[in-house]
Amino acid sequence: MAFTENLSSVDGGLKSELGKKGIVVATLNELYNWGRRSSIWPMQFGLACCAIEMIATACARYDIARFGAELFRPSPRQSDLMIVAGTVTKKMAPQVVRLYNQMAEPKYVITMGACSIAGGPFIDGYNVLRGIDRYIPIDVHLPGCPPRPEALLYGLMELQRKIDGQTIEKTEWYQKGLKREYPVPECGPHGLIPKFNPEVWAPREVDHRKERYGEPVLIGKKDKAPNLDAPVAARPAATSASSASQPSAS
Amino acid sequence: MEKIFSARDPSALNTETLEINFGPQHPSTHGVFRMNIVCDGETVVSLKPVMGYLHRNHEQIAENMSYAASMPYTDRLDYFNSMSNNFGYSLAVEKLANIEVPERAQYIRVIMAELTRLVNHVSVIGFLLNDLGAFFTPVLYAFREREKILDIFEEVSGARMMCNYFRFGGVKYEIQPHILQRIKEIVKKFPKFLEEFEALLSKNEILCMRCQNVGVLPKELAVSASITGPMLRASGVDYDIRKVDKYSIYGRFKFRIPLGEKGDVYDRYYVRILEMHESLKILDQALKDIPATGELVSKKMAPFLKSPRNFKPPVGEAYGRVEAPKGELGFYVVSDGTPQPWRYHVRAPSFINLTILEDMCLGHKIADVIVILGSVDIVLGEVDH
Amino acid sequence: MTPEEIKNKIQTALPGTALKWVRDTLLIENPQDLPKVANFLKTSEEFRFDYLSSVTGADYLQYLEAVYHLYSMEKKTGPFVLRARVGRDQARIPSLVPLYRGAEYQEREAYDTYGIIFENHPDLRRIFMWEGFEGFPMRKDYVQEDSEILEASDIEWLEKHQVQVPEGMKKRAEELKKQGRRAVAERPGQPEPQ
Repeated sequence: MAFTENLSSVDGGLKSELGKKGIVVATLNELYNWGRRSSIWPMQFGLACCAIEMIATACARYDIARFGAELFRPSPRQSDLMIVAGTVTKKMAPQVVRLYNQMAEPKYVITMGACSIAGGPFIDGYNVLRGIDRYIPIDVHLPGCPPRPEALLYGLMELQRKIDGQTIEKTEWYQKGLKREYPVPECGPHGLIPKFNPEVWAPREVDHRKERYGEPVLIGKKDKAPNLDAPVAARPAATSASSASQPSAS
Repeated sequence: MEKIFSARDPSALNTETLEINFGPQHPSTHGVFRMNIVCDGETVVSLKPVMGYLHRNHEQIAENMSYAASMPYTDRLDYFNSMSNNFGYSLAVEKLANIEVPERAQYIRVIMAELTRLVNHVSVIGFLLNDLGAFFTPVLYAFREREKILDIFEEVSGARMMCNYFRFGGVKYEIQPHILQRIKEIVKKFPKFLEEFEALLSKNEILCMRCQNVGVLPKELAVSASITGPMLRASGVDYDIRKVDKYSIYGRFKFRIPLGEKGDVYDRYYVRILEMHESLKILDQALKDIPATGELVSKKMAPFLKSPRNFKPPVGEAYGRVEAPKGELGFYVVSDGTPQPWRYHVRAPSFINLTILEDMCLGHKIADVIVILGSVDIVLGEVDH
Repeated sequence: MTPEEIKNKIQTALPGTALKWVRDTLLIENPQDLPKVANFLKTSEEFRFDYLSSVTGADYLQYLEAVYHLYSMEKKTGPFVLRARVGRDQARIPSLVPLYRGAEYQEREAYDTYGIIFENHPDLRRIFMWEGFEGFPMRKDYVQEDSEILEASDIEWLEKHQVQVPEGMKKRAEELKKQGRRAVAERPGQPEPQ
């Protein structure tokens, strides 16, 4: 990720010289961003396994408080950052989008873990949403299953860098006509309606996974059911040993 | 004049019931659990759990992949106790294909499963206190101990939480002597921590008042509702699968089963504390008896470590169950002789333990609902599998 | 006790029940007999299977099946496995909730995933999926939607919410609608290479 560094009109060397004399020179932007990035309040909102690592990050050993982000708020209206920690299912996705809509500006989103990025290991499930980025924009993607607490801290630092790159005159939330609320999907008869929001996300043009494996793994690939009623000839020990250790022909 | 309202006679007050939606995004529901509560004043009149917000289709996915590939998914069922989940699944498949487990691997399995129990119980008590209003401080204590054990898991399996350590017929990696030494140290120091924990909590007046006689679960209802684990034992039913089935090598260890008297929240809390003491006893014995060398995976299963897709159990079905920290964790597997199971079902303890949530909460205040839910000890990954 | 003896014991207590051993499990040939048999196993002094551990639905293409694992907490015995089979179209099995409270959620789960209707269940609703979801997703013939191709209903919804939809997606949805098809996931063309 490349963020544009804030260009300060004051020369760096001069700044440090003045700093030695006890004079701090800063632009308004720097002050503004310093304040914002040092007190990111995340939402106390865990979905699955990753939430436990999020709690571990907040605990004494990893201590997210060092980054000023220890104040987990249970209400979306008080929080700046939504950490989508865990698998977003189709049943849960409307609620996640609604929570995002309810957050006040400026708002940021970190997707924590493979599941919330793209479905992760559960991508083939009938009730699993393949990434929350289908409905809301994401600032930092954080891979891992689950990411270690250090990774979450790194993600937070990346977000801080992103905040540092923003300027007060260009930030979206001071502009007119800002639309950062996204329509909340509905639960339909086969899944969510719509399947994704084309303003936020579009399918990849070439999907290698789909080409190779089809999409998705289907129930009912088999067309012959096991017959448990058939009498068992000689019971397990010997037979299973031989049949299990033979490599299959297919 | 008609008497409209008298403060001394609340029955004359004509109140309307209030419907409250609780969750799925709520800090005290331990995840994405949702309850529809109907209250009369502050008293709960009806409570309907709504689940499925974390329904990740574990069973569907498992029916489409090889047996060994489901192992990491079982980690994510009850994400506090990946080792016990592995244990249950490997037991089921070992039953299905009739696989023996070597001696040393058995010991390693038991050590890991009991360490997991410590992790789970200690965190659950922390979260229970969280629900009681002691915000985050007990969790800090609990997670301090948890981190020590997670370090062991990491060194053994390579992952902190999702260990994926068990294999059919054994375990994946060797456990080095210095790790065993560290486990010994943890086991030695753990009682001191428990003492500290208990000194702060067990006789704490607020904890006693909030927990005693709250959410009482009678014995008969507990049995009929298929409640298992510490919850069942807190109601005074002597049923521990480690003792009943004597699976793996649990028959060799001396330990007792703590039982509660009343079946209230306090009993559930205290049974967990006592169970940790018993787990430490088992760990003590296992660490003493573990053979220094030996196979990790049975000879029959060793070739399948490299080529798990060739593993085809014979046609049949098996139900393997373990005493996971939350209760009876069962796996029902039907094989049709191909590399993928025909049917794969998880009997999730915290899912079934929720059956009587309404019965326990009726008549209590709404603040107690959270405590009762905390004492059930649910993990949503398992509830919704 | 040998399997045959158990079977005879149940049949003498409950005349008219057709039972059959399938491996180590007892198949109840007429599912309507299930509560009777379970009640006998629960109350008889000899068995006392008072703990219903697990209820499982399964799909065997020709029929659906419910599998019950019974244990005895009193005698510490088990498992005793019952199974009942029903046709795919009229999948109706009497509920065991009056006998075992623990069956309540598990039967709801089997209903949700396999569409087995448990008669006399106090509250038979979907448990994991939402109301209004169509089909029973664990059945072997269930087809998942293709999550990357928008359908006409999606387009309609998006336009109602003033979201710009690219022309290509609209065209595709129209084509599908003309053909009267849903965008469903397709099987892989070739088996995956080893």
